[in-house]
Amino acid sequence: MANVAIAEGATPRPNYGSMSKDRRWALRWSYFFLVLFAIFFLMPPIYMLITSLKTSQEISAAGNPWWIYNPTLANYIELLTQNHYLTFFRNSAIVSVCVVAVTMLISVIAAFALARMKFWGSATLATGVFLTYLIPETLLFIPLFKMFAWVNETFDIQLMNHWWTLIILYPTLTVPFCTWIMIGYFASIPKELDEAALIDGATWTQTLTKIFIPVALPGIIAATIFAFTVSWAQFLYPLAFTTSTTELVLPVGIITTLIKGDVFNWGQIMTGALLGAAPPLVIYAFLMDYYIAGLTAGATKG
Amino acid sequence: MADVAAPNSIAAMGDSRSSLHKLMQRKSTVAFLMALPLILLILILVAYPAGYAVYLAMLNKGMTRFVGFGNFEFLFTRDTFWLVVYQSCLFAITAVIFKAIIGFVVAHFVHNIPSKGQRKWRGMLLVPWVIPPAMSTLAWLWLFDPSYSAINYLLEPLGVGRIPWTGEAGWARFSVILVNVWIGAPFFMIMYLAALKSVPEQLYEAAAIDGATWWQRIWFVTLPMMRNIIAITALFSLIVTFANFDIVRVLTAGGPLNSTHIFGTWAFRVGIEGGDIPLGASVSLFMVPILAVAATFILRDITKRGSEV
Repeated sequence: MANVAIAEGATPRPNYGSMSKDRRWALRWSYFFLVLFAIFFLMPPIYMLITSLKTSQEISAAGNPWWIYNPTLANYIELLTQNHYLTFFRNSAIVSVCVVAVTMLISVIAAFALARMKFWGSATLATGVFLTYLIPETLLFIPLFKMFAWVNETFDIQLMNHWWTLIILYPTLTVPFCTWIMIGYFASIPKELDEAALIDGATWTQTLTKIFIPVALPGIIAATIFAFTVSWAQFLYPLAFTTSTTELVLPVGIITTLIKGDVFNWGQIMTGALLGAAPPLVIYAFLMDYYIAGLTAGATKG
Repeated sequence: MADVAAPNSIAAMGDSRSSLHKLMQRKSTVAFLMALPLILLILILVAYPAGYAVYLAMLNKGMTRFVGFGNFEFLFTRDTFWLVVYQSCLFAITAVIFKAIIGFVVAHFVHNIPSKGQRKWRGMLLVPWVIPPAMSTLAWLWLFDPSYSAINYLLEPLGVGRIPWTGEAGWARFSVILVNVWIGAPFFMIMYLAALKSVPEQLYEAAAIDGATWWQRIWFVTLPMMRNIIAITALFSLIVTFANFDIVRVLTAGGPLNSTHIFGTWAFRVGIEGGDIPLGASVSLFMVPILAVAATFILRDITKRGSEV
């Protein structure tokens, strides 16, 4: 096909000028629409930043909402000296870090077993893992709510209203997907590599730690980022299972403590939301390629 | 493990078959143990609750008596329930269609520009997907504020009157879909961009020589080549959008007058806030049919691709 293209493309030479002119216009239009879409996509975060730098008086004044007349950091100072917000941030950080650790431990080991050490039912299990990823948390929170009540009655362990309960719950959202991408990455490693290691007398643990983990490191980073962002952003479980201000995590904390009845303290809400969005954004800014690799791996691998 | 087994089998040549068998067995036992935490997690925290939801849905409000399909029959007589069914389908289908179209269009624009600038644009356009949805929906809530709406301020010079973004049923439905499209379109863009890059350049060259217009190039080359990715991304997104909670909860909390409730938020309202756990469980179970259909298609695609390799 390529041969034909070259042979026939050589004859209509004069057409080339108009082709490149077409391309220039296509390029201009592309930039024009990209700018429009970028404005649409970036408008809310920019407005968050604008509002967070305003005083309450300015927010409720009738002026141009897109302009800051008296920039101030008062919202940031007030929010960060308030005990509550830092508590939410700390809870979110501890929960997310623990969930990432638990997730990676479970999913890397399980994915290795499923991708390389076949056992009875391992293929079914791999499909099952993927199916679990498709079961949403909106289906599970009500039975879990009832199960927690049962645990409290039977074992006298109160799971409700504790931030550490979230460490038990979030892996259900992160482990299936992480296992799935890790299976994909491990399966793409050539069999000869671990066979060579086995012949050299390596045990399965050594094959995993000395060969699979280093080779599949990009996949592991992608899965780690995924697990972190999912547990940082989760909203339904903390809303359903935690209520006291000391036990809340970020999104729920902002909504329940900064909105008092009908009074919205928008300056602080936007500051809180912006600071809360910062950790995923910073990770994304530095590890964009891994982030995108993790996004596309779910549907293209396997 | 291997070097322990080797001298054994040399020493007892006659027994080598059974010791090899034992080794295989041991390997699979080790593998099973390695996957055990995963299995337990799925069984206890996903499979069991999913089954338990079905049981719960068949109890009465006090959870003392088995009522069979009583809860479902009760739901069918409620107008609110049909409103929720209508809104869930409208919300999910409209949002997925618009996400797919915007994602496709933006992916093309990014693909068109010189490749050294693509990274920067791609990075900028994915920001809505990276911000936790509950936080970005708060920003939208503030942009939609009835008295200080910054969007209305921009629309005023264009002669558009004050729009009640979250105050009136029709506009509230539009707003939740708009926010969902805003969050989800960048994901489609990334997936489609990856797919566009995998379409061989020769196909376009051949099409150009055959005199194809840009529309014919998209219709006869791009779309068929991307069919798989388009379908699987849309199915994934359909599942996630159908089961959405954050956006509707933060933006409208189901209001005004229950017009924006979808299954997830209404189940929360009825089951947790209203204290009727069985009824809430039955509401959330209505998500299962569409999830099952989408999951079947996705699985078929995966097994098909698995057998191709």
